[in-house]
Amino acid sequence: MLEVTGLKKSYRSAGEDIAVLRGVNLAVAAGESVALTGESGSGKSTLLHLIAGLDAADGGEIILDGTRLSELGDAGRAALRRDRLGLVFQQFNLIPSLTVLDNLTFQSRIAGRDDPKWHDELVERLGLVRLLKRYPEQLSGGQQQRVAIGRALAPKPLLLLADEPTGNLDEETADEVLALARDLVARTGCGFLMVTHSARLAATLDRQVNLHAGVIA
Amino acid sequence: MSRVLWTLAVLLSHWRRHPMQLATLLIGLIAATALWSGVQALNQQARNAYDRAAATFGGSRTAMLISRDGTGFPQQLFVDLRRAGWPVSPVVEGRVQIGGRSYRLLGIEPVTLPGEVSTAPVIGRTDLQSFVTPPGEMLAAPETLTDLGLKEGEQSSSNGGVLLPPLRVQPQLVPGVLVVDIGIAQQILRMPDRISRLMVGKSGARRAPLESIAGDRLRLVEPDAETDLERLTDSFHLNLTAFGLLSFFVGLFIVNSAIGLAFEQRLPMLRTLRACGVSARMLNSVLVAELVSLALLAGLVGLVCGYFIAAALLPDVAASLRGLYGAQIPGQLTLKAEWWLAGIAISILGALAAAAASLAKAIRMPVLASAQPQAWQQAQRRWLVFQSAAALAAFAVAGGLLWFGDSLLAGFAVLAALMLGAALILPTILEIALALGERSAGQPVSIWFWADSRQQLSGLSLALMALLLALAVNVGVSTMVESFSRTFLVWLDGRLAADVYVNATSDAQAAEMKAWLRGRSEIQAILPGGRADAQLAGMPIEVLGLPDQATFRDNWPLLESRSDGWDRLRAGDTCFASEQLSRRLRLAIGDRIEVPAPGGNWSLEIVGIYADYGNPKGQVAVNFAALTRHFPEVPQTRFGLRVVPEAVPALIAELQRKFVLDDRSVADQTTMKAESRRIFNRTFSVTTALNAFTLGVAGVALLTSLLTLANSRLPQLAPLWAIGLTREKLAKIELLKTMAMALITSLFALPLGLLVAWCLLAVVNVKAFGWRLPFQVFPVQLVELLGVALAAALGAALLPVIRLARMQPASLIRIFANER
Repeated sequence: MLEVTGLKKSYRSAGEDIAVLRGVNLAVAAGESVALTGESGSGKSTLLHLIAGLDAADGGEIILDGTRLSELGDAGRAALRRDRLGLVFQQFNLIPSLTVLDNLTFQSRIAGRDDPKWHDELVERLGLVRLLKRYPEQLSGGQQQRVAIGRALAPKPLLLLADEPTGNLDEETADEVLALARDLVARTGCGFLMVTHSARLAATLDRQVNLHAGVIA
Repeated sequence: MSRVLWTLAVLLSHWRRHPMQLATLLIGLIAATALWSGVQALNQQARNAYDRAAATFGGSRTAMLISRDGTGFPQQLFVDLRRAGWPVSPVVEGRVQIGGRSYRLLGIEPVTLPGEVSTAPVIGRTDLQSFVTPPGEMLAAPETLTDLGLKEGEQSSSNGGVLLPPLRVQPQLVPGVLVVDIGIAQQILRMPDRISRLMVGKSGARRAPLESIAGDRLRLVEPDAETDLERLTDSFHLNLTAFGLLSFFVGLFIVNSAIGLAFEQRLPMLRTLRACGVSARMLNSVLVAELVSLALLAGLVGLVCGYFIAAALLPDVAASLRGLYGAQIPGQLTLKAEWWLAGIAISILGALAAAAASLAKAIRMPVLASAQPQAWQQAQRRWLVFQSAAALAAFAVAGGLLWFGDSLLAGFAVLAALMLGAALILPTILEIALALGERSAGQPVSIWFWADSRQQLSGLSLALMALLLALAVNVGVSTMVESFSRTFLVWLDGRLAADVYVNATSDAQAAEMKAWLRGRSEIQAILPGGRADAQLAGMPIEVLGLPDQATFRDNWPLLESRSDGWDRLRAGDTCFASEQLSRRLRLAIGDRIEVPAPGGNWSLEIVGIYADYGNPKGQVAVNFAALTRHFPEVPQTRFGLRVVPEAVPALIAELQRKFVLDDRSVADQTTMKAESRRIFNRTFSVTTALNAFTLGVAGVALLTSLLTLANSRLPQLAPLWAIGLTREKLAKIELLKTMAMALITSLFALPLGLLVAWCLLAVVNVKAFGWRLPFQVFPVQLVELLGVALAAALGAALLPVIRLARMQPASLIRIFANER
């Protein structure tokens, strides 16, 4: 489903080019959950951003469900994110002016894949039933991240990408949130690629890959 | 489509959570649109009236044949020209007194009226019979009927005793004009077989050369795209437009500040939207659509407010235009569809202009861009350098225009460049002042006070610019009006030197009165007066007769003259010229002018220049006896009296009783002066009202900037609270900071305002009206205006400061919880 081959990316900083990714190869199958680990600055988030089409690679290829990202323009990449990907960030990135319910259904509605039954199930399983009318600022960090996971899974994406989704949560809440994410991913059958620093959390997924010096070790 | 709507709904949800920001944005747009369209409504109303006047049977929109000396010609010429194929139609024109008031009477010949005088009232075929056959009909605007106190079908008599035809309402006519059949007009005006001018139709038929029929007696005047009234009133409308534009820009400052802050706050939202799959193009389109929708809504409300502003100001504008130019403006506001459309368009364009920087940023924003506020301290420094350079360029342009410009537009451009330059340089001045304060501070809190003020500067600079402009214009206009007022009062004392002014209904009645007055002991002198209309260098001028009398010698407001000016005036071959005439025609003492008179050209040497404020026409003053010799037909119905002061009330009562005169026909000096002062004050009441609006909008701009900044400033204030400064103390410091910046801005606005006043007095007034007024400074007025500006700043600062003082600790703690 996801195939990354020979992916390269450099940044220019203080007058010199810094190669962050030097030819990354990675594959994620449907229904598979993969933890992407590596030290700070190893390029984990960069890789995730490239897969999400948030940034463009310098070389190599990303193929998602048969679509080559290098052939897509801004609108095409936006459609890809909208229709086939779910993104979860460390900072939650909920829309502060929308209620929990509106945040949750936001992506599925703009993707035209609004499924009330699935939404109800998500709300139930994420424990958001009594929080639907609240605004993000009225929620705890764990609650906010549950809403973010719900938003990402509401359109039933092919692949869920999560960048340190538990980085802002305490250990207990992190375990709880990740368990929920794993369950829901299994329920939808989508792929799951999660960036994490925690070897403990990484071990709970099907497979772990380590990014070191710009390549998969 | 639903994707677009959903994205729009998400963007709009921001406003639901930030109603104050939405209110700010809407208030800015509504204020900008209302003030701009209000002023445009007034301009449109006036221009419609000028068009009606121009289209009134041979106004300047129709080609005309007139006599070379401007005194009319025999009717036979009309007959000869028609026979020679000229599509001409005769017009007789003069003034008729009804009930002590003067109206413009036009006599027309409806059968030969050119077809293209189509905007003029149409004498329908069914009405033609009643219009031309006795007793005929007298067409008048509804306002004129109201003025006469008569209803349609009623008749009145002229002051000369002639019974006038029954009145018929003709809405297209301009107020103050009466239209009758030419034969009736010739009787009323005592112009048998005479014609004032001929309207020329656009028939393409061959016609004999004009000279072969009329010799050199007539000349052809081509139709003019711009009417005399339009030309004369240009300056007034330019002045109004300049104020409207200033208010509009001050309103846009509010919009810019609200949109800028909303955009900064929505950056994370925009990034999330992009991350969730909304394309950049769609997001940008929806952002524009959102802005246009808000502008549309605000534009409509603004137009309604603009309508009410215009309706409220119209009576004063109409009075000003009547007082200054004799232009008749109907008191009922009627607006064309273009006004509504233009108002909506200006609201949308204004909103887009105010949001341009934010929109450009959104369009260029990469999806991974940090949602953190920019490192604006550095950006601000670069921006200050750029702004200062632009300010210097604007000052250079102002200097160049002042030196080389020679038009009213150049005068206003000087003002615009000056104010733009001052607004642009203000942040640099504030930055320097605050940096100096920071350097001199020793205590940690005072160091923070100055440093934080500098940091706040970029967020407040637009609002402070608005305050600067509004206050400078207030100072400038108030100084100009006060200078004018004082000069005007001195001038009025000179011009209104007689104790009683009398306006007889006819020369015969005037002669009878004078005979009666000569026998009364309280009368010290009878001061005859009269004026004739003439043309000089293609411009209409007045020739005013001054009796050779000590009252005039002692009081007449001469600006400069030969030492023997009054003596030489007696000879009849010299004149004084009004200041505006001398400026328009570049005339100086010693120059000669040729004034066309019925008996031939009258050669006059200029021996003095005098002030003649408020008169749109040029004027020359000559010896009264000489005037009556050269213009024997000049009415001698007006005269003044020098009277023993205690006897004035009894004399007026006696005159009114004996000669059946109303209050308008006989008045004492005090009444005349009071009336002149009332007209003077009314002339500037519109300016004063717009001044107040502008300062009010500037106050709102400051309030909205402070309110919108208040939330984003919590991360700066929370650490100070955490280390032991109370909320009350923080609130006081915030108030002090705002007041310090407002004070520096206001102190800068004072000299700028005086410069604006000088420009208005020495450049704009001279070009607009033809007179230059002495520049005076009124310290008390300056202190008052400074107080008003600081009060506005205090009012604007109080609400955010009170909110800070009452803020729950939880709100401040949240800052640390969210800190990343």
